[in-house]
Amino acid sequence: MSGGVDSSVVAGMLHRRGLAIVGLTMQLWNQRRLPELTSESGPTGRCCSLDDVYDARYVAQHLGIPYYVVNFEQRFEEQVVKPFIDEYLAGRTPIPCTLCNNFIKFDQFLDMAAGVGAEMIATGHYARISRDNSTGRYQMRKSVDAAKDQTYFLFGLEQQQLARTLFPLGEFTKPQVRELARELGLPVAEKPDSQEICFVPNGDYAGFIDAYFREQGITPEHTRGEILDREGHVLGEHLGVHHFTVGQRRGLRIAAGEPLYVIATEPASQRVIVGRNEDLLRARLIANDVNWISIPPIAAPVRAQVKIRNKHLAAWATLYPADAPKRIEVHFDEPQRAVTPGQGAVFYDGDLVLGGGWIE
Amino acid sequence: MAKQKLELARRQTAALLHCDPKEIVFLSGGTEADNLAILGTVRTHPAARKHVITTAIEHPAVLNPCRELEREGVDVTYAAVGSDGIVDPEDIRRALRPETVLISVMHANNELGTIQPIQKISQIAREANVLLHVDGVQAAGKTPVDVKALGIDLYSISGHKLYAPKGIGALYVKSGTRLSPIQFGGKHERERRPGTENVPGAVALGAAAARSSVELNEESSRLAALRDRLENGILSSVPSSGVNGAHSLRTPNTTNLYFDGLEGESLVISLDLKGFAVSSGSACSSGAVEPSHVLIAIGLPRERARASLRFSLGQSNNEEQVDALISAVAESVAQLRKLSPTYTASV
Repeated sequence: MSGGVDSSVVAGMLHRRGLAIVGLTMQLWNQRRLPELTSESGPTGRCCSLDDVYDARYVAQHLGIPYYVVNFEQRFEEQVVKPFIDEYLAGRTPIPCTLCNNFIKFDQFLDMAAGVGAEMIATGHYARISRDNSTGRYQMRKSVDAAKDQTYFLFGLEQQQLARTLFPLGEFTKPQVRELARELGLPVAEKPDSQEICFVPNGDYAGFIDAYFREQGITPEHTRGEILDREGHVLGEHLGVHHFTVGQRRGLRIAAGEPLYVIATEPASQRVIVGRNEDLLRARLIANDVNWISIPPIAAPVRAQVKIRNKHLAAWATLYPADAPKRIEVHFDEPQRAVTPGQGAVFYDGDLVLGGGWIE
Repeated sequence: MAKQKLELARRQTAALLHCDPKEIVFLSGGTEADNLAILGTVRTHPAARKHVITTAIEHPAVLNPCRELEREGVDVTYAAVGSDGIVDPEDIRRALRPETVLISVMHANNELGTIQPIQKISQIAREANVLLHVDGVQAAGKTPVDVKALGIDLYSISGHKLYAPKGIGALYVKSGTRLSPIQFGGKHERERRPGTENVPGAVALGAAAARSSVELNEESSRLAALRDRLENGILSSVPSSGVNGAHSLRTPNTTNLYFDGLEGESLVISLDLKGFAVSSGSACSSGAVEPSHVLIAIGLPRERARASLRFSLGQSNNEEQVDALISAVAESVAQLRKLSPTYTASV
């Protein structure tokens, strides 16, 4: 229970079905740790603020279910925040929400729940789990509400995790969920959704990294470098490769005849390479550490629709098993714009989530 | 009428501590008592340079006023303790300086129950002509307290530890002690603590103190027997467990136990779901969680501090509940350890 309307409705729905449920909020990140990031007015990072805990507790009290807060800060920092920063420093664009799902929500949290006697966990994710009765395999499908679908972030879930997870909201649209919240009389029925990475206030991930560095004693002097074009001409300077992601246009501060976009970052030399829009198109990518969900690992090429970003329209491609296990080569029918290392490549067959991996 | 009841309550409270009624100040609780005792004496001391001695295992209601004094330019020594959870009086003596104006040491530690050597420390304080404050919040009502015999200058107590309601406490201030108020207003409580007194709270505290004075010895024996039953029952049925602050003199109601190879937080939840309210070694407030500073101060490694729970018994507890708790702990610990990646059953 995050204190948001989605997880609150899940608690309400399951309680109404007569299941014995316990509400838990995970304390993942201390909002006050990097004080320069919290502003007096305006929104702050949404995850785990004290206000959210109070909201969740109020909902639990309203429903009459036991409620606890558990502290996973240490592991969250190790498994989500540090890799998040390391990925940016390595010139990739991470998806911390997927790491959180893989290592915290469906790992540490699942274990803790089992430890206190729970058989399943339920979350407010917009996704659907079903079981193929002929094969016994757990499958995942997109949610009914296409705009809210979160399966892109769940590609890492394995069979034993899916076996113990419930996603009650997958069958509903967001407006239906809000209506349910009102019907259940939940105090959070009108609470706005949080949109950003939970531990990064205002979506300013570069500001977060800078503040984290300051806490660790690293200054911009250590991270500045040059901006170059593909031919190697120096066009400008930057304060850190972590301020940039593939396809980004803003923040370059280069006067040029045409729009320039980040093509790649080279952390070893602290260089940012820019180019024209056409230079961003790629027809192929390699996905590594691939996890197969709805179908077993493929031995032969398979047609699929592939998403390379959460807000990307899945594009038709052929998936080829690559040289090593858990590596897949994706050949798009049409070149795709801004294929970004560090993001997920998630494979779909309609609304069925086949699996996914990390873009190399 | 209210005044009469207030003064009766004052006499009853004074009787518990064996002091004169006019030496009792009523206030909002243990925290305010500690703040008044520490800030009220040190700030008003005429010396230009001041030094305070306290211990590393004090409650935040003592530690934080001390930190505030440091921000005001006062030097503070936080004496370390041994693995037994007891401060060595010689460490207090060694920390003394010409400019020391106050020593603050708790009577009994709230997490471990360990009882500090107040008599010896009092002697040291008197020889050095330094004020001694004792935070008695965990001790009053559990162990006899005679502030005159102990020779101390200031003693804090809290109502809800004596089964009075929350929101009331008292500070014993020895006659002649130089103390100025830390909030300002009228002349209540002999000008030590302005603000209309919490009469219902004080009356309840007085009644609780009177009852405690009568029942203390018997209740202490009863609690000690229950605590020992709980402790022995758990230690004999749960492997890789032990007592923190084991061999020290402790209050009769408390035992702090570690259970290696699991998260104390999960065990608290598991036991709560089974109907038992215990507390974990960490202070979880306002979004930041650290393992208990007391458990770290006695030298526990972080993992063990995180795997520690405090069990406190009271007037409503009996043998049947203790036996049920022992079974519940054994079951919950086994279940959590089964899933723990770090625990391997020892032979």
